[in-house]
Amino acid sequence: MEIQREINSELIKNLLKQAKRADGRGKLQYREINIDVGVIPNAEGSALCRIGNTQVLAAIKIGLATPFPDKPDEGILSTNAEFTPIGASHFEPGPPPVEAVELARVVDRGIRSSNIVDLKSLKIENSEFVKAIYVDLWIMDHDGNLFDASTLAAVAALKNTFLPKIEDNKVVYTSREEKLQTYATPISCTFGKIDEYIILDPTFGEEMAIEGMITITTSDQYVCAVQKSKGAGFSKKEILELVDISMQKAKELRQMLKI
Amino acid sequence: MKPLDQDKKNLLDLEGEKMETPKLIDENGKRLDGRAIDELRPIGIKARVLNNADGSAFIRWGKNKILVAVYGPRECIPKHEASPYKAQLRCRYTMTPFCSLEEHGKAGPSRRSLELSKIISETFEKIVIAENFPKTAIDVYIDVLQSDGGTRCAAVTATSVALADAGIPLKDMVAAVAVGKIENKIVLDLSKDEDNYGQSDNPIAMSIRDEQILLYQMDGLLTKEEVEKGLELATDAIKKIAKLQLEALQEAYLPTHDKFLDMNIEQKKI
Repeated sequence: MEIQREINSELIKNLLKQAKRADGRGKLQYREINIDVGVIPNAEGSALCRIGNTQVLAAIKIGLATPFPDKPDEGILSTNAEFTPIGASHFEPGPPPVEAVELARVVDRGIRSSNIVDLKSLKIENSEFVKAIYVDLWIMDHDGNLFDASTLAAVAALKNTFLPKIEDNKVVYTSREEKLQTYATPISCTFGKIDEYIILDPTFGEEMAIEGMITITTSDQYVCAVQKSKGAGFSKKEILELVDISMQKAKELRQMLKI
Repeated sequence: MKPLDQDKKNLLDLEGEKMETPKLIDENGKRLDGRAIDELRPIGIKARVLNNADGSAFIRWGKNKILVAVYGPRECIPKHEASPYKAQLRCRYTMTPFCSLEEHGKAGPSRRSLELSKIISETFEKIVIAENFPKTAIDVYIDVLQSDGGTRCAAVTATSVALADAGIPLKDMVAAVAVGKIENKIVLDLSKDEDNYGQSDNPIAMSIRDEQILLYQMDGLLTKEEVEKGLELATDAIKKIAKLQLEALQEAYLPTHDKFLDMNIEQKKI
């Protein structure tokens, strides 16, 4: 694995120095993106997102839960990412690895900060319970850039979620009433850095080669989540440029994907 | 002995459910979803839907949606599970927390999924030519993305396709279907409601060429004649399902095939 990584890394670096990528893309170009919504009818919302060979399913379940003591008027939003062993040969059954926890938390921050869902609207009158939204991210094929694929899938699923009827403090799953109102469309853009070269939407091979990575989630004119990962640093100037690029790309994606 | 459906009804009452047993077969002999008693739900199979896995298959059976991936033969970890004589075939059946029209599921394997993992592994134990790959493991991962009754049968059917897609040598193909008893009649391919309110559920997996029954479970009460009728009904259906498996594998070799999941693949009435 280590040898493979080194050979790969050299190859990817050499290509980048000639302004090329292994799959022929431009440095700031996404792979083909496709989103199918409503693919799991038993879930209250769902979306399958494909970026190149990466395939992520997001499924939304609605439930009832006790509100947090410090936020008695707010519903609960809970995001979980599952590296199902289906998704890659190094994904193992069992408790989630740190990468899955990080992924879930970054996606959660992006959707939560953007206020895509009004958590106060999940309060139930005259009840000790509030509605809870469970977002499950199922990583079925990992070819890099799980952050962007997962955020896209989660947002598309939330925007196609129907709230079930609540009766006597019970959810009637067979009866769906209204669409979940959404108020934002956060989009994340993930960049990789090797030496002074920066690329958008790294593949799995590129992720093994890059030394620094940053994910910037934006919602209209706001930055709503950032995650800098891997060792190499970014300059202030680079980060500000990447914020601009993220906002521009997010705008393009919203139009192209009609979400 | 009390009839089983009475027991089930009492259990539901205890849980405070206000459900009454629906009429599972109407006066025209049609079931809740309009099927005849010997009719399968529509089925669609697509092989090779994933890029990373060595073999994969997606099956859409009625409202069920199941994804199967095969990795291997590969290094067997933990090493003490490895055999010097053959590959270890390890199937893992998982219900995703969002697959049912109920509340969000809990993480981790349940007693039910552990049992199913075991019997599905055993279904393929003598089918896979494991002696060719000593000291290795062949891992089969089954994720039930949407469930509506009969998931283990759909999973076995898809697993056979995924193993073949992975290029694992097999002695035979395996397909499965459930038969059951509802309204005192033996019927084919129980849906979730028919399983919940019916009198008996018998999932059956069979090898195609030599008709060996490799998985057989049942609950409820059946006479010997009803058992026999169920086995006959299952055999006919399994032969038809095998044709779909073959078509899916052939399609995977066409130049038009793409390695992507399509959750709404076309289903066929067979």
